[in-house]
Amino acid sequence: MALLNLHLKVWRQTGTQPGHFQDIEAPEIPDHASFLEMMDIVNERLIRAGQDPVAFDHDCREGICGMCSMTINGMAHGPERGTTTCQLHMRKFRTGDTIWVEPFRARAFPVVKDLMVDRSAFDRIIKAGGYVSVRTGAAPEANEIPVGKEIADAAMDAAACIGCGACVASCKNASAMLYVSAKAGQLNTLPQGHAEKDRRTLAMVRQMDAEGFGNCTNQYECEAACPKEISVRWIAKLNRDYAVASVKEVVGIGRQQSGDGD
Amino acid sequence: MSSLLDSLSRFYASSIGKKLLVALSGLALIGFVLGHMIGNLLIFAGPDAINEYGHMLHTMGHGGLIWVARLGLLAAVVVHIVATIHLTRQNKAARKDAYGKEATRVASSASRIMIFSGLTILAFVIYHLMHFTVRVGNEYNNPALYTAMLDGQPVHNVYKMVIDGFSWAPASVFYIIAVALLCNHLSHGFASLFQTLGLATNKTWPLFQKAGHAFALLILVGNCSIPIAIWLFGYGR
Ligand code: HEM
Ligand code: SF4
Ligand code: FES
Repeated sequence: MALLNLHLKVWRQTGTQPGHFQDIEAPEIPDHASFLEMMDIVNERLIRAGQDPVAFDHDCREGICGMCSMTINGMAHGPERGTTTCQLHMRKFRTGDTIWVEPFRARAFPVVKDLMVDRSAFDRIIKAGGYVSVRTGAAPEANEIPVGKEIADAAMDAAACIGCGACVASCKNASAMLYVSAKAGQLNTLPQGHAEKDRRTLAMVRQMDAEGFGNCTNQYECEAACPKEISVRWIAKLNRDYAVASVKEVVGIGRQQSGDGD
Repeated sequence: MSSLLDSLSRFYASSIGKKLLVALSGLALIGFVLGHMIGNLLIFAGPDAINEYGHMLHTMGHGGLIWVARLGLLAAVVVHIVATIHLTRQNKAARKDAYGKEATRVASSASRIMIFSGLTILAFVIYHLMHFTVRVGNEYNNPALYTAMLDGQPVHNVYKMVIDGFSWAPASVFYIIAVALLCNHLSHGFASLFQTLGLATNKTWPLFQKAGHAFALLILVGNCSIPIAIWLFGYGR
């Protein structure tokens, strides 16, 4: 085991007040620690010195919950491909390195404290259409609707999204298109999601826009940062589904009986 | 009716709606850029070829079709510019606070300067139209100087106008800079539009990318060959 001496530049902020970078020395960090464990060590030292520890989000620490959210040296979840912050190990850094640690920055993700941001905009997008409506009552027979293998596989790829927000954080425009395309695409691909496909697509995209995320410019920084390596081809599918749903809406095909007369 | 307008304005208000309009107008402009280049290369086929081509453009459909094309192009340019400026401003606002340490992993430099390359192209297009289409500040509209005979009929001497136009170094230099930026704009924009239109798949994306780079290069070489031949190598002078 080797020990690393690191210089951290950590973003400190309380609510909507202006934030700043704090220089924190982090000597003798074991190289087998995860990035979050390194932050735990730093926080213990801060507490012992009577200072305010750095607030950050975390939960599972095994790369599945999507809570951890740090921009490390300008990269959401740090420099390792397909890896969350909690799964990033300090052996990827060298002793003497300066490491910038910042929150996921986006207007739609307001800072709560230090490195913690409020990602409930994502929940409101799901609420707008990221579901399938099912009847309650007797459970349906599991194999009632046949699902082709390729379709099931593709839907599973999209379902791998853990909703972490790294796509937004890494996008030059703070666009949420990778997230929304994965969530809409998963359901739009499956037969169970077909009935509500157009309505879902329009509603989720409109909620995404209302939250103040940016627009996709097809630069694919999101895909490079995504810990689940969600493909940007889901964005192409969302564009296609949105175009089809919009045309249908404009000409009035398949309108739900919303009672608006014409 | 008002519900149709509502749906259309909601379409424009949405992020993807604006992007689709940028892609479709970009595609129309790509078609124009290609046709315009092929037509202009007729300069190398001699005075008669390009003069006849110019005469044909101005007389097709009793002189009406060129206005149809011009209005269509104007619409595409206006949609493209208004939507991209709108998108760019929203994108800047969506980040709000900049990162202290910025990193770029995969975004091409061309993709990062689209608004800059686009606005420079726009400035050039305005200059270019004043130079060769409206012909202000020059004598190109003077029939005594710029008339050629074609099959015994007097027509505008496009050939002489282009040779004279590019004999002036600043015009050639601005032209070359604008075409280089257009090449840069297209090296991202061409493939990007297929992603926006939802036509890119894992199979087709590498093809769109290669075609985009090849097309951008074709536009660069084809267009720049004209001022370079005239200004540097004295073609037609
Ligand atoms: C002959 C001229 C032009 C051609 C052929 C052209 C072509 C294109 C194409 C194909 C795209 C990609 C669309 C997509 O990603 O779906 C694009 C994007 C863009 N264009 Fe142009 N363009 C031209 C002029 C301009 C002008 C004058 C501006 C000035 C405002 C401009 C600004 C932009 C911007 C900012 C984008 C990026 C939009 C985005 O990705 O969200 N372009 N252009
Ligand atoms: S698409 Fe990837 S980066 Fe975006 S929220 Fe889902 S898992 Fe995170
Ligand atoms: S803490 Fe759960 S994914 Fe990192």
